[in-house]
Amino acid sequence: MSIFSASRRGNVLPGFGPALGFTLTYLSILVLIPLSATFFKTFTLTWDQFWTAVGSQRVVAAYKLSFGAALGAATINAIFGFIVAWVLVRYEFPGRKFIDALVDLPFALPTSVAGIALTAIYAPQGLIGSVVEPLGFKVAFTRVGVVIALVFIGLPFVVRTVQPVLEELEVEREEAAATLGAGRWATFRHVLFPTVRPALMTGFALAFARAVGEYGSVIFIAGNIPLVSEITPLIIITKLEQYDYAGATAVAVVMLLISFALLLFINYLQWKLARFRQAVT
Amino acid sequence: MSSIAAAPNHSIAPPSTVRSNVRSEPAWIRWTLIGIALAFLTLFLFIPIGTVFYEGLKKGFGPYFAAVTHEDAIDAIKLTLLATAIAVPLNSVFGLAAAWSISKFEFRGKQFLITLIDLPFSVSPVISGLVYMLMFGAQGWFGPWLIEHDYKVVFALPGIVLATIFVTVPFIARELIPLMEAQGKSQEEAAATLGAGGFQTFWLITLPRVKWGLLYGVVLCTARAMGEFGAVSVVSGHIRGATNTMTLHVEILYNEYQFSAAFAVASLLASLALLTLAAKSYIEWKHAPEIGK
Repeated sequence: MSIFSASRRGNVLPGFGPALGFTLTYLSILVLIPLSATFFKTFTLTWDQFWTAVGSQRVVAAYKLSFGAALGAATINAIFGFIVAWVLVRYEFPGRKFIDALVDLPFALPTSVAGIALTAIYAPQGLIGSVVEPLGFKVAFTRVGVVIALVFIGLPFVVRTVQPVLEELEVEREEAAATLGAGRWATFRHVLFPTVRPALMTGFALAFARAVGEYGSVIFIAGNIPLVSEITPLIIITKLEQYDYAGATAVAVVMLLISFALLLFINYLQWKLARFRQAVT
Repeated sequence: MSSIAAAPNHSIAPPSTVRSNVRSEPAWIRWTLIGIALAFLTLFLFIPIGTVFYEGLKKGFGPYFAAVTHEDAIDAIKLTLLATAIAVPLNSVFGLAAAWSISKFEFRGKQFLITLIDLPFSVSPVISGLVYMLMFGAQGWFGPWLIEHDYKVVFALPGIVLATIFVTVPFIARELIPLMEAQGKSQEEAAATLGAGGFQTFWLITLPRVKWGLLYGVVLCTARAMGEFGAVSVVSGHIRGATNTMTLHVEILYNEYQFSAAFAVASLLASLALLTLAAKSYIEWKHAPEIGK
């Protein structure tokens, strides 16, 4: 408790003790203690049991798919999310405000709803599936389908982190570049893009972190074929349904550790981004 | 400066036009980029949301209403509303308490506490459900005790509420913390100096100043609470009429090949999502300063 002790010098406001006490109790009971249960459960396993659980061919394939597809989806989102943010901030076109508001849809739409909608679209008889399937592109019930679902749920992250930075860009810096004879492309490459890069990285990392653990939107479109299109969260659920709590937990702990490492990395990026934005404005 | 630079090309144009020309691209690049952005959003936003309503109403209004007024659907709607009605107020109180202590006081470990509050965002929904199985499931820490005393947590309402709270803990706190930090504490201090008690200061000074920020957080928290799927799926046990939330009901109907019914119930959730975005945009446009945006 001592790390949360206040320096109360000169503060006349009441309620620090109760407010912080409630905050810490609530967080401990509902989040921290339950999360710690995954680690305690894992410690009940021997090294061999742990390794059998997380090292099996099927689990390794699922890890590869979860992280690989998340990486692919975050990359697609970084490219197109940047273009969307750019267009929304810099250009005027009909419906811009409406589209801006709708960008957050993947945050608001339940993942299972997104999952069945995407599956209906990309299924062989679906709106897009019926067009691309005869051309030899199978999307639904393949790894491509997994990436499509992850692009959907990660879409707002890059747009929403890049957008404010583009809005805050100083007019003078671009004008200075133009004055010094730089063309639009040179200005973009050497002035605009370096300014936006930290935000783009942050958005990419957020989209990636979200995609790694995603479940609802993926399971419908993936087809869930073991070794091919089965994601890690589904492995955890399957093990739970077979009452293999320890195995499910072992698989989850590996994911958690990677997620926490990502969280630290994202915090570092956001700290850099905040410092950067302070320096710019 | 800019008018000098662009002078050779735009000697007659007024300065404002010159400025925008220097900062913009040729029309064909502009429209190509707008085209790419709109194509991407059409593919990933407009078609999916349109599909939900189209598939739901494809067989007409009769089957649509039959699906959304089916006994199981009504039970699912009730359960979702109940879990949300418990989770959102609790997380509101938590958000206010956390923001009060973090924004109005200095203490060591503050940054660490903010990271801890954000933690549920980086945990897979499935793991958010799993942790409560490890606590309250048959093989869990309290499992044997619960069975002995005939209490049910997982595969019952308490488990669904716990999982919903877990995934939505950060939503309100993370809106309020930066807002209250930016507002400072001078007004509260003035009230306290003039003799106002703690609750008086909070009710009369702090709460009115953060009400839009609080509402904004509540809107986002409610949307996520009603739409949570993965975490709830793990702890629910999928018992029809008892532990099925709306998102789980959609899954069950879909897996039973009742596609139209699944999309009908899904369209209710999609309408809710659109309503959320409308409320969110309204607050952002009308009350931007009050929510710190």
